[in-house]
Amino acid sequence: MSIKIDRLNKYFGDFRALQDISLDIPEGRLTALLGPSGSGKTTLLRIIAGLESATQGRILFGDRDVSQVPVKDRNVGFVFQHYALFRNMTVADNIAFGLESMPARSRPPKAEIRKSVERLLEMIQLPHLAKRYPAQLSGGQKQRVALARALATRPDILLLDEPFGALDARVRKDLRRWLRSLHDEFHFTSVFVTHDQEEALELSDQVVVMSQGQIEQVDAPTRLYARPGSRFVFDFLGHVNVIAGTVDAEGRLRQGEAWVTLPDAPAPGEAQLYLRPHEVHLVSEPTGQACLPFIIEAVNLIGAEVRIELKPKGWACDDIWEVGISHAEFSRWQPERGDQCFVSPDIGHLFKGESTSPETLTWRP
Amino acid sequence: MTGSTTQAPGRTRGSLVRSKRVLPGFGLSLGISLLFISLVLLLPLTGLVAEASGMSWSQFWFVISDPRVVASYKVTLWTALAASLFNGVFGLLLAWCLVRYEFPGKRLIDAMVDLPFALPTAVAGITLATLLSRDGWYGQWLDTLGINLAYTPAGIVIAMAFTSLPFVVRTVQPVLEEMPPEDEEAAITLGASDGRVFRKVIFPTLWPALVTGVALSFTRSLGEFGAVIFIAGNTPYVSEVTSLMIFIRLQEYDYAAASAIAAMVLLVSLSLLFAITLWQGRYLRRLLGR
Repeated sequence: MSIKIDRLNKYFGDFRALQDISLDIPEGRLTALLGPSGSGKTTLLRIIAGLESATQGRILFGDRDVSQVPVKDRNVGFVFQHYALFRNMTVADNIAFGLESMPARSRPPKAEIRKSVERLLEMIQLPHLAKRYPAQLSGGQKQRVALARALATRPDILLLDEPFGALDARVRKDLRRWLRSLHDEFHFTSVFVTHDQEEALELSDQVVVMSQGQIEQVDAPTRLYARPGSRFVFDFLGHVNVIAGTVDAEGRLRQGEAWVTLPDAPAPGEAQLYLRPHEVHLVSEPTGQACLPFIIEAVNLIGAEVRIELKPKGWACDDIWEVGISHAEFSRWQPERGDQCFVSPDIGHLFKGESTSPETLTWRP
Repeated sequence: MTGSTTQAPGRTRGSLVRSKRVLPGFGLSLGISLLFISLVLLLPLTGLVAEASGMSWSQFWFVISDPRVVASYKVTLWTALAASLFNGVFGLLLAWCLVRYEFPGKRLIDAMVDLPFALPTAVAGITLATLLSRDGWYGQWLDTLGINLAYTPAGIVIAMAFTSLPFVVRTVQPVLEEMPPEDEEAAITLGASDGRVFRKVIFPTLWPALVTGVALSFTRSLGEFGAVIFIAGNTPYVSEVTSLMIFIRLQEYDYAAASAIAAMVLLVSLSLLFAITLWQGRYLRRLLGR
């Protein structure tokens, strides 16, 4: 079932936690609410579930306005970060809880409930743990049980609040893949909250980036990374290298000893150039298009790429620069800590003055 | 008893247990605690048993099976049971209000819960007797309805309930406070009604604390003296409690008999507390996986 959020506002006292949120969540897709802590993503999720009420605005499930519908009648499944399993019940009883809570008229008979529980235990690959208590399970197992419990009543919508946040890295990765395949099989509409960009990009069909109670951008993961719509999204998604300076009459962005010739010669004024680590390359001499001198600060060999950290020489920037080069290139060139080198951009994103949306630039080799 | 573990970490001499402790002062603090427990708790209890052991079995049996004493056991047991069950319900309600709701005067009520602990029990007894006697504030109204509470076993229940209420509230309150709201929210999203959430999710978590509170309240009531005697009426075979029987034997300078009856009360209290602790350990192990 699709979800439509219509001009939602939420105040906690004087604090405006959500500001005019309007959002469409398509049916049968996995949508991620991504943002730093305090961005309002969990509040939004809880309002969708009905665990919190909005100060203004409407929520529609399909065509039905559920703004005033209590939680228990919304037919949503909710998975909590810390599992929230019932400690006094066995795994099987936990999973059966939703079915047994149904009103007598619509509740399936006991034998059928038992069968559904068995099927769900198969689905989460834990049939041997049916009689255990939650305290006897590992974190990953608990979260699977919580998921099975939420899916038992066949909810229209599945909501997950930082579902993998409390798990260690390896289990998190396994569970993420498993959730993805589960979703591909059953196609429930799901929304999950995360502050982990990697998780959001890997798992979801659509990412909603939030910041300070507002939506920054809604896009498919690939587009989001390739075409960030604002400075915030740039900073938040992956690493970005920034040079702030002044554009002169010849269309060159200058700061100290560093300069970059900008294609299409924009109008003079203040500007910032954002460059992704994989959209630049390292050279030993300045090119005709750019002179960005650096000293190599650190070389990190772990991973598919060699990550090189750079400190500006003769100009300044807030954050250290990062550039990725292939292992083949690294062994050919053998850069070391303290060496001087230059960066040459391939693709860049220019923010002019106080403008909030970028202009994408491409340099021809 | 004065062993200290404040030695330098580099020193490897001393027992294995000692060298493993990171926190200093284990020997000293445990020693003092044990000494104190021995002096204040165990020694008087030993004295009690020693006094009673001066009697032969037949003498002992004669004292504790005296019909008037047996009648006092019955009165004490049922009144204590009634009082502690009442406290189980009312104390849970009070703890629930204090934890779950915000209302003006909440802090004041919270403080007042401890009043029965702070108040001399005799004061409580006299106050209750005055209120409930036939010309007291409550008593005169109840009298017109034909109900008389003062100087009856019902009065004993009231006095016991008053003095032991904090046990239930103070054991249930912290458990309620620490209960994660997610558990309830999970149950609601699964479609459970409020009643079902309470029965299936909240109550099972509270249950061990509630049972402990009620048991403490019960054992406390078994030995209650000060608050009870003023309101009980102390009619033999009807409204005499066991602690009063001990007092009567003492007044007769029959120390051995007093000790024998006291030993019975002690036995019941101790076995109850012991049983509760065992049961609770097993229940909590399942809940917390320890």
